[in-house]
Amino acid sequence: MSLQLLTYLIVGATFALYIGIAIWARAGSTSEFYVAGGHINPVANGMATAADWMSAASFISMAGMIAFLGYGGSIFLMGWTGGFVLLAMCLAPYLRKYGKFTVPEFIGERYYSRTARIVAVICLIVASVTYVIGQMKGIGVAFSRFLEVDYSTGLLTGMLIVFVYAVMGGMKGITYTQIAQYCVLIFAYTVPVVFISLQLTGNPLPQIGLGSTLVGQDTYLLDKLDQIVVDLGFDQYTTSAKLSTLNMFAYTLSLMIGTAGLPHVIIRFFTVPSVKAARSSAGWALVFIAILYTTAPAVGAMARFNLIDTVSPIDSSEQLAYDERPQWFKNWETTGLLKHEDKNGDGLIQYSADTDTNEMVRVDRDIMVLANPEIAGLPNWVIALIAAGGLAAALSTAAGLLLAISSAISHDLLKGVFKPDITEKQELNASRVAMAVAIVGAGYLGLNPPDFAAGTVALAFGLAASSLFPALMMGIFSLRMNSAGAIAGMVAGLGVTLLYVFQHKGIMFVASTSFLGDMQPNWFLGIEPNAFGAVGALVNFMVAVIVCRFTQPITEQAKQLVLTIRTP
Amino acid sequence: MTTDTHRAYWRDNLKLVFTLLCIWFAVSFGAGILFVEELNQFRLGGYKLGFWFAQQGSIYTFVILIFVYARMMARLDKKHGVNREGDL
Repeated sequence: MSLQLLTYLIVGATFALYIGIAIWARAGSTSEFYVAGGHINPVANGMATAADWMSAASFISMAGMIAFLGYGGSIFLMGWTGGFVLLAMCLAPYLRKYGKFTVPEFIGERYYSRTARIVAVICLIVASVTYVIGQMKGIGVAFSRFLEVDYSTGLLTGMLIVFVYAVMGGMKGITYTQIAQYCVLIFAYTVPVVFISLQLTGNPLPQIGLGSTLVGQDTYLLDKLDQIVVDLGFDQYTTSAKLSTLNMFAYTLSLMIGTAGLPHVIIRFFTVPSVKAARSSAGWALVFIAILYTTAPAVGAMARFNLIDTVSPIDSSEQLAYDERPQWFKNWETTGLLKHEDKNGDGLIQYSADTDTNEMVRVDRDIMVLANPEIAGLPNWVIALIAAGGLAAALSTAAGLLLAISSAISHDLLKGVFKPDITEKQELNASRVAMAVAIVGAGYLGLNPPDFAAGTVALAFGLAASSLFPALMMGIFSLRMNSAGAIAGMVAGLGVTLLYVFQHKGIMFVASTSFLGDMQPNWFLGIEPNAFGAVGALVNFMVAVIVCRFTQPITEQAKQLVLTIRTP
Repeated sequence: MTTDTHRAYWRDNLKLVFTLLCIWFAVSFGAGILFVEELNQFRLGGYKLGFWFAQQGSIYTFVILIFVYARMMARLDKKHGVNREGDL
């Protein structure tokens, strides 16, 4: 069967599955719509959280980044998993005990302030919208590449699918679909690398294979990889770090607290039946995430190994002739993401770190996961599976984000601030409309991505880290933090992060408006803008504590709330 | 529940979380970033030890930490008699 037909079949089957689940799991009440009625089993919730959390970036881009950064790629591995430890121990159980629907709702009640609630809604919407644009773009790209339709048709198909199950089922529909999506994506991610690990090291477990010797040799895979990349003039794979130690530290910390502060992840813990379930559910979420995250280093290293082995065969002095390049090479050349230029006119492919002699002028990082099965010569159905997996990752994250946005609008703004007297039924309808508007809005932004789409992940994480995370932490662990302190802290943390990102990357990411330039000498203490969320969070904490000292003390009611959520 | 039990429960809770977060910090920021070069002198199969912590070991430890936390907290709930939900 042709690859095209297989891809249609597999992707079509998974979509039928998602829509079937959506019809089966329709939401009937606001509680079911926002938090799936609070009845989700912790293991199932962990799986849904994992799908919610792992986006197209984790599925498609991360292993490619690790392949080219080597050790330096560890910041993503540690940053995007370590945040769950903070979430499990510092936020999830207490917010579950609080037992309502949204993050701004907690902030509003804990700080007895409508202003605090609105500030939280703004942070939530900005962080989620920037994040969702990236997902929409991922959906469009994945569809257009695999189904060979144009980008906008691909995006519209994706929007329609999300629309069906998210608007109809709310959190209940999303949760059950995400469980199915997790199964699809993890299967798609691990199957190719198991085969590749077997081919290279004879060990089917990629986590072990990466630390094993090559088939028929006494040399370890990683040692060999170190040696061949150094021979080509690159930095040693297992020690290369593009960032300084301080930047690695700050970057990892920003990703961790950003993870713990992202509202679409936090609200997942409102869906489990008890505080006890919330604690273990974070553990299960991390188990399911770790399956992908501990496999990714093997995907990256093995893809790099196979790529080099193809273009300049290891253990042989001959170079590959351009005319004899394999089929996958040709396929990716047509996309423009892989490019060869015969600089010295000998008809052979030279690959090295030296820009004057290197003839592989473009090897896009994002193609590594997608091209990996082809490079290793795996059958067509494995390649088709990758397409379904990538789509599952992007769709599940988009749905989770859209729900967080729509609940903030319908529950926090409409019900909480503007029209407190609407009935449950009206609120449910309002949240469906908000969801539909959010999908159309995100789709529009995905069709006409603003210039800043590429730089926004830093902003989304920076915002979550510098505004929401500290406010939530102090709301739980401090009996003294008052509303003035919390609001001042959120505004200061948010402001300083925005200012820093904008002054180096341009206002709204328009590069020409950057007044200090994206240059190292101008960085504060040498910290790069992507890693600044950690500093923003620190500023938030400090400002909050200082302002709190000089303003009216916390109300007795808020104090009682803190004491209540501290016990299960 | 009396305020005293509440206070004792919360103190135990904080002590536990602090201990676990120290380990969290040690395996990721410590072994994976600050002391990575020193640890790279040792090996774990084909892995340099520091590299292994950064790309594998820290993640495994995170998973274990959360489950240890969940279990220890359940024990604390029981010890201080604060869990009124039964076993879920």
